[in-house]
Amino acid sequence: MPLKRWFDQAVALPGAPQVYGLRVSAEQWREAAAAAAAGGGRLLSLWIDAAIGAAPGAACSVVAALATDPGVLLLELPIGTEPRHGEPAPSAEADYPGLQDLFPVASRLQRAAADLSGAMSSDPDTRPWLCHGAWPAGFHPLRDSAMADSAAPAPDYAFVRVQGEGVHEIAVGPVHAGIIEPGHFRFSVVGEKVLRLEQRLGYAHKGIERRFSELRLSQGHRLAARICGDSAVAFSWAYCQAAEGLAGIEAPARAHWLRALALELERIANHLGDLGALANDCGFAFGLAQFSRLKELLLRATEATLGQRYLMDFIVPGGTRADLRGAAPRGLLACIAQLGAEAQRLREILEDHAGVRDRWVGAGIVAPALARRLGLTGLAGRASGQAYDLRADQPHAPYDQLAPRKCVRSGGDVAARVGVRFDELFESCRLVRTILERAPAGAYAADFVEPAGAGFALGLIEGWRGPVLIGLAAGESGSIRRCHAHDPSWQNWPVLEHAIIDNIVPDFPLINKSFNLSYSGHDL
Amino acid sequence: MWKTLRQIADIGVVTEPAPAPDEALRVREALRLRIREVLGRALCIREIDAGSCNGCELEIHALNNPIYNVEALGIRFVASPRHADLLLVTGPVARNMEAALRRTYEATPDPKLVVAVGDCGCSGGVFGESYASLGRVANVIPVDAIAPGCPPSPARILAAILTAISTSPAR
Repeated sequence: MPLKRWFDQAVALPGAPQVYGLRVSAEQWREAAAAAAAGGGRLLSLWIDAAIGAAPGAACSVVAALATDPGVLLLELPIGTEPRHGEPAPSAEADYPGLQDLFPVASRLQRAAADLSGAMSSDPDTRPWLCHGAWPAGFHPLRDSAMADSAAPAPDYAFVRVQGEGVHEIAVGPVHAGIIEPGHFRFSVVGEKVLRLEQRLGYAHKGIERRFSELRLSQGHRLAARICGDSAVAFSWAYCQAAEGLAGIEAPARAHWLRALALELERIANHLGDLGALANDCGFAFGLAQFSRLKELLLRATEATLGQRYLMDFIVPGGTRADLRGAAPRGLLACIAQLGAEAQRLREILEDHAGVRDRWVGAGIVAPALARRLGLTGLAGRASGQAYDLRADQPHAPYDQLAPRKCVRSGGDVAARVGVRFDELFESCRLVRTILERAPAGAYAADFVEPAGAGFALGLIEGWRGPVLIGLAAGESGSIRRCHAHDPSWQNWPVLEHAIIDNIVPDFPLINKSFNLSYSGHDL
Repeated sequence: MWKTLRQIADIGVVTEPAPAPDEALRVREALRLRIREVLGRALCIREIDAGSCNGCELEIHALNNPIYNVEALGIRFVASPRHADLLLVTGPVARNMEAALRRTYEATPDPKLVVAVGDCGCSGGVFGESYASLGRVANVIPVDAIAPGCPPSPARILAAILTAISTSPAR
């Protein structure tokens, strides 16, 4: 059945534009996912929708969000699963058919879903992903209300071993050498050449999704903003988009424009930070000093205009927390003008620098064909020819009036990811100027009244790293029954394992930085 | 090269004065005065993210920018706990990070100081304590000074570090 037929049966969902939901059988689940994959679609996220404290054997469902040309198709497959206790045996019968052969990112998502809910996919890789043995393996935080008494020590994680003459392993983390989030990397190398990298993540898992269900719909945005600190605006906007969809409330026009201003400032700040670090990682400390100074100037202008350096609490259900402050927009405009001019000068310096070029060009290549097959997304995807950007593809207010330019390259190396950052930096400066000039007057927030009944809505925002997703299920009288959060780092971490193959160990920090993926946003 | 030098000359020195220590940020006084004086002259910091959202890390990074310029104060971030005098710890402590945090603390030579950074590191923040989170840093290792905020500004973090290595006024 062609993809369009699935959309014909689906119903429009509240929240982000062009999202359609469809309840399917196990056969249809695979068939629809295969149709999406064949049509060039991508898996945005996959999660288990269960209720905490439900009776054993109560029905739950597995949900897949597929990004396709006509829009987002949300498949819901009901499954009745007995919660499993103890280590799941590899031969255990699957609760639902996995999608890992169609979308490689599904593998880790399914392993994480099994840890959190006990529902097993048909993927032969049944190693735990988020559960490191710190809580009992039989406890499933998104299903069980109370935790069993004792945590059994987890068996050693089964890394894939590379064998052969001269092969040795380098183990790094979870505490890294720099000021970086926690994670573990296992390199198998010969001399300096990397044969294989295997990541082990989950160290920053702090129970965010279970925590959501302890909050009310009018409170969840604060937690959403702290899923991933560098994407606070993207996550809190996605959350509010979903919450407003559930409540049937439309934020005032001015609120949309102020939110877009915040999102673009977040993008510029992150790109400035990354560009400095990418220069520093090839020994050009001048670049770090200059870009980190520009970033500080921008953060100060952001604080003067919007009240915070990092906009953790700016976006609230119904609109924004405040309007622009007094004369501050003029200061922000001046800052953006200075920043654009200086960044242009620094770009010329970096592009003329033979030592920097030598390290950036050809390092960590992800060719467009591989990027497509593995589902590389967001900024890194656009540097490998994957021309997707929600702001242009499925524009919501105010992007439908801003005509944002998609910045795409095909080199797929560190230099291409740097190039996309520069292009987006200048494009975001343009958007900030446009927003400050053209934002409509009026109220910046509407009253947010929690909906009385249950429902589901999807939030979807193009953050600086890529598409950020919130799947929000309301319970009765304004409670959160389930909130699933997805950072694009899920898609891109496995691709980093490919990008480093045949590069040398000393280039890993540079290649890793060029992706700059989130640990907290992934580990939840 | 000419453009690089011109940019350096055009910008000049932009470093701002450091904030004063703030007694309100001190939660423990374990080290003797003399040791603080020695550490204060050249302090080596090891940063540990024990489960933060990465917001605090962004502001800790800013300490190294030319405006806060902590290297000019003799403060340096080092790559190993074995080289460190002070641990700067963020996050609610994720249970998955408990062992790593304890082992990093044990690997740091005595005498050592610990500064907890961010609302989560100081109190557990929005995450609190749960099946996956142990809450504030002081629930796992002893803490000498705190830098609350979400995230705390670089000046606030620097004030907490300077408080930890300063001698408290006579009581």
